Order: sequence, then structure tokens, then C-alpha cells
Amino acid sequence: MEEIRLENLSKDFDGFVAVENVSLSIQSGELFSFLGPSGCGKTTLLRMIAGFEIPSTGRILIGNTDITDLPPYKRQVNTIFQNYSLFPHMTVFDNVAFGLRIRKFPKNEINDRVKEMLTLVKMEDQANKYPDQISGGQKQRIAIARALINKPKVLLLDEPLAALDLKLRQHMLIELMNIHDAVGITFIYVTHDQSEAMSISDRVAVMNYGHIIQSGPPDDIYERPTSVFSAYFIGATNLITGEVIGIEDDYVQIRCPDGTGNSFEIDSTFHFQPAIGQELTISLRPEKIAISRNKPRYQEDINILRGVIEDILYLGSHTQYIVRVGDLRIRVFSQHKRVYFDDTALDWEEPVWLFWHDTDTWLIDEIPENVLTADELSEGGINHFQRSLKRPTAQ
Amino acid sequence: MKRFSLTKLFKGLNLTSFTLVMVFLYIPILILIIFSFNDAKIITGWKGFTLKYYAQLLKNETIQIAFRNTMLIACLSTLISTILGVLTALGLENKKFSGSKFVSILIYIPLVIPDILMGVSLALLFNFTKVNTGMLTVLIAHITFCISYTIIVIRSRLDDFDYSLVEAAMDLGAKPSTIFWKIKIPLILPGIIAAALLAFTLSIDDFIITFFTSGRGFDTLPIYVEGAIRRGTITTINSLSTIMIGLTLLLVVTTKRIRKIVISSL
Repeated sequence: MEEIRLENLSKDFDGFVAVENVSLSIQSGELFSFLGPSGCGKTTLLRMIAGFEIPSTGRILIGNTDITDLPPYKRQVNTIFQNYSLFPHMTVFDNVAFGLRIRKFPKNEINDRVKEMLTLVKMEDQANKYPDQISGGQKQRIAIARALINKPKVLLLDEPLAALDLKLRQHMLIELMNIHDAVGITFIYVTHDQSEAMSISDRVAVMNYGHIIQSGPPDDIYERPTSVFSAYFIGATNLITGEVIGIEDDYVQIRCPDGTGNSFEIDSTFHFQPAIGQELTISLRPEKIAISRNKPRYQEDINILRGVIEDILYLGSHTQYIVRVGDLRIRVFSQHKRVYFDDTALDWEEPVWLFWHDTDTWLIDEIPENVLTADELSEGGINHFQRSLKRPTAQ
Repeated sequence: MKRFSLTKLFKGLNLTSFTLVMVFLYIPILILIIFSFNDAKIITGWKGFTLKYYAQLLKNETIQIAFRNTMLIACLSTLISTILGVLTALGLENKKFSGSKFVSILIYIPLVIPDILMGVSLALLFNFTKVNTGMLTVLIAHITFCISYTIIVIRSRLDDFDYSLVEAAMDLGAKPSTIFWKIKIPLILPGIIAAALLAFTLSIDDFIITFFTSGRGFDTLPIYVEGAIRRGTITTINSLSTIMIGLTLLLVVTTKRIRKIVISSL
């Protein structure tokens, strides 16, 4: 089995550093995603693996073979392009056969393998059509067949579903997973859509400003972000800054200023060793917080905050409340489960209790102002960081 | 009611102006074709149907030589200027070539230079370099004015060329030479054919530049026609022109088929 290794990979476009010192290994057969906002360097990284860009420094290896300087046509790597890039002057059949014809395979073998591929992507009856006669989803399938027929060691997918509408995207995502299971080769998937990356991938690397911020299985990235950026970028979260005031066994007490001069305390478990007096960030997922007009009866290992409802947004499967605690705005998702407690009649400007288990508080050893830009902080709609914000410095 | 009559008026105007334009464009050609069958030495009126001027054409050796010369020059200059046009247009797409803007201007200039200037300057050049005027000089002259047109037509086709197709082909294992023959050429082929047709027609009917560069003893059809009209023999010219019109129409009609044939042969 041959893994892909990226070693200290950097790409500099005339002074603009698109990718900086990325090292990573991707297991054979893995479905690996690069996830990040536009301009984070994920596409450049992919283009370096494909061979369209030559790295400024670093190496790319497949197994023990160094492919860093090989031209694209000598790599056992194929790409699915964002706009599919099917050859408009060739039929579906000729598009899929292109790679084999170039390698001068015998005619009957080409015929057999093209048919096999078209069956894999369920397009066997469209072989004689031209690309402008088939739909977007079908073009996508042909692009996949055209790439996979070459039996690449790695398939690169550059935002492959971006051009499709939502329903088709969800459908193609499942198709892609099935195809991945069927062929068993490594897929490297690039997207800015977190739900795509989370649902399809074995592992995800979150990227920002040319760096890999965090990589790991999707649930790790969501539940246990090691960086403010991955907490912020994946899903919704409340980021609160605070100072460590006490440590006891596996619990830590944090004092959080609420912006009015007052403060409240939050208890948490921890996964890194905090120090008394240290400033850190709390990431609190909105769906982990319970909201009620009644104070919880059971209070062991529970954090409790008092706040006032500022905004209510009904979203069908759940309701989003924005609760004012001091000057902070805390986002809470509440599902409509009346067996727990009655939250349906909560009203604007009503005082409420917020509570969550200590283990649902997640600590991050970073200060958001150092990581996120002002735009990113305000994009979330609510944030607690009205102090001066600056662009991140290189890590 | 009023609006209805206005649109009707515009529709009427449209139809009239369209008809007028068509009449202006095609009446002279129609008259020429009709009179090529007229049994009279000069255009005085209809004197009866005849094919004798077509028969005279077939017997007239000077015309046949001029026709052969014209076709030879047209085919060669089309071929050469189209090939050079493709190569230049593709070369100018290369972003690493910094002089691309300057070259583009140089290519546009011959389009706006009057033919007479071009003819005189070429004649001077050939005279100065002591090249004997004849077929070669005419060919060179025709290539020089055709090439600007072929480059411009092919470049306009390249403007909307999707370069991700080149990356896709490379990704699938195609070497640069394969990409050239299997991807680039087929996709810009409509532009190449249009450029070739344009070069061909420009070459066939060029008079001024040919006049200055042909010298004695190498006549193309336009040169012959001019001389013949000066001598007053208009009748064979009518039938000759009719045949030329027929050939041109044939060419236009078969263009689509040519494209298909070329694509399937690549």
C-alpha cells in the first residue's frame, strides 16, 4: 500500500505565499479532505499534487517515489475539475477513452474498460452523446469515469460538486462515497463546504492562510477543535475568552468577563495543562446548551448562566435563541422536545437560564483575536470580541 | 390601436429596407449572370440565349493560364498564411512572451494600410533586392496581406478557448504534442477554416497588390479581366465571372462538410 506524503511543501506566487510548510501523510485508500475558506491554499495544494504547479520548496511522494518534479502526464494521479473540463468535441465514450487511447491500448480492451467505467457511473446508455447534450450531474459522472479509467493511485477532486444544485449535490456525495468504496483508491477532496467534507471524509485537514490548522477525523475536528479557527469554521459555536482562576484534579475554573465589568465563572474539563492566570478561549457549541425559564434542579457538574432572550429564530428542526449575558451574545440551539421541558413558549426579552455539562465546555489554548480577522468574527453574526482585532501572524 | 399600427409600420419599414439592401447587393450580380448568356458583343439589350461565350472561355488559353495562376497562388498563399497564422496566434497566447502586445499592433497595421501603398512598397522592395517579378513575388505579396487576417481570425477563436481542457488532457496523460493535435487544433478548427476561406477569397480577387508585384508574363484572373475590359471584350468576362460566383458558392456550402472531414481525420 502506498501512502502520499507531503514534506514541508510551500508555494510562493511572486511574494504571495499560498501554501506554507505543509507536511502531511495520507493513507492509501483514504478519503481525505482539505477544507478551508477560499484563498486558504487548498486548491494550490491540490494542483501541486496533480503537477500543475511546481512547489517552491518541499517534496511530494507517492510510496517511495518522489513525484515533485514530474509533469502531470507522467503522474499516476488524476483530477476531477470543478467545471468538469470534458472535451466538447468528443462524445462521452471518446472522453472516457481518452487516457487509454493516449497510452495506445488495444481497441477491444479500450471498449471493454470504457463500458465497465460507464456502468460504474451509471451512464452506459449515454455513450454517444456530446458533453453539451448531458446534464451537470451526468458531466460529473463522466469526469469521474474519465479519470478512474486510468487506474490512478490517487484521485484528486477540486470542489467537484460546487456547480450542482443542492439536491443533486447530496445525491452525488453518496455516489462518490460508493465509487470510493468500489475502487478503493485514495481520494483527495478539496472543498469549502464543511458539510460535504464532514460527511464524506475519513479525515479532514482544516486550512487557513496556507497552513494546515488541524487534521483528523470529522468528529474530532468538530468536538475537539485544537484551534479557534477550526472551532469557528466548522459548524456554529460560541467563543468566549477567559482567565484560568483555579485548577482541581481534572477540572478547571475560568473567569469570563461579560463586557460590563462583571464576570461569571465556567467549569470545564481540559485536554491540555492550563496554568493559573492563563488566558484562553472557550468554545461552546450552541446545541450543547439547554435553555429554560426554570433553574435546573440537578446542578452537579453543570454550568449555569442567567441571561435574557434577545432574538428567536425558528428553523424547523430547531430554534435558535440569542441570549444576552452581560454584553455577550450566546447562541443556543434548542430542539422541540417537550418530554424534557417546555421551551416552546419562551418569548423575546424573557429572562432564562442557560446550562450545560462541564464536559461540554471545550477549551482552546489560543486567543481568538490572534487567529480570526474582524470580518471572520463578525461573519458569525454574534461575537464577543469587540476589542481591537488583527490579522493572524504567521505561525 | 395606435400602438398596433405603429408596430405594423415598423414591420413594413423593416421589410422594405431589407428588400432594398438585398436588391442593391444582388441585382448587379444577377444582371451579370443573365448577360453572360446574352447573344450580343456589347451590353445593349437582350438579343437571345447563347452558350457560345462559355465555349469561348474553354478555348481561350490566356484565360486558362490566368485561372490556373490564380488558383495556384490562392491555394499556396492560403495554406502558408493559415499555418503561419495558427502558429503565430498560439505563440501570442504564451504569457511568458512579453512582446505579445507589440506584435499584435504590428499584425493590425497591414489591415489599415491602403493596398496601393502595400503594392508600391512591395514593388520597390523587389526592385531594390533585384528579385525577378513573377509567381514567387506575387505569392510572397499575397502571404503578407493574408497573414494578418488569418492571425486575427484565429486569435478571436482562441479568446474563448478553455485552457482547463489543456490541463485536463495533460492530467489524463497527454504530452504537449498530443494536446496540440487532439485538443487545441480540433477546438480552434472552425477559426482555422474561417481564416483559410478569408485568405482564399482575399487572394483570388486581389488586383492592386498583384498588379504591382506580378510584372510581365504572370497574369492572375483579376489582372487579365482588367486588361480584357480595357480592350473592350466584356462578354467572356461575364461568363468567367459567373463561373467564379458558382465556385465561391460551392466553397461556402461545402465548408461545413470540410470541417467534419478534417475533424474525423485528426
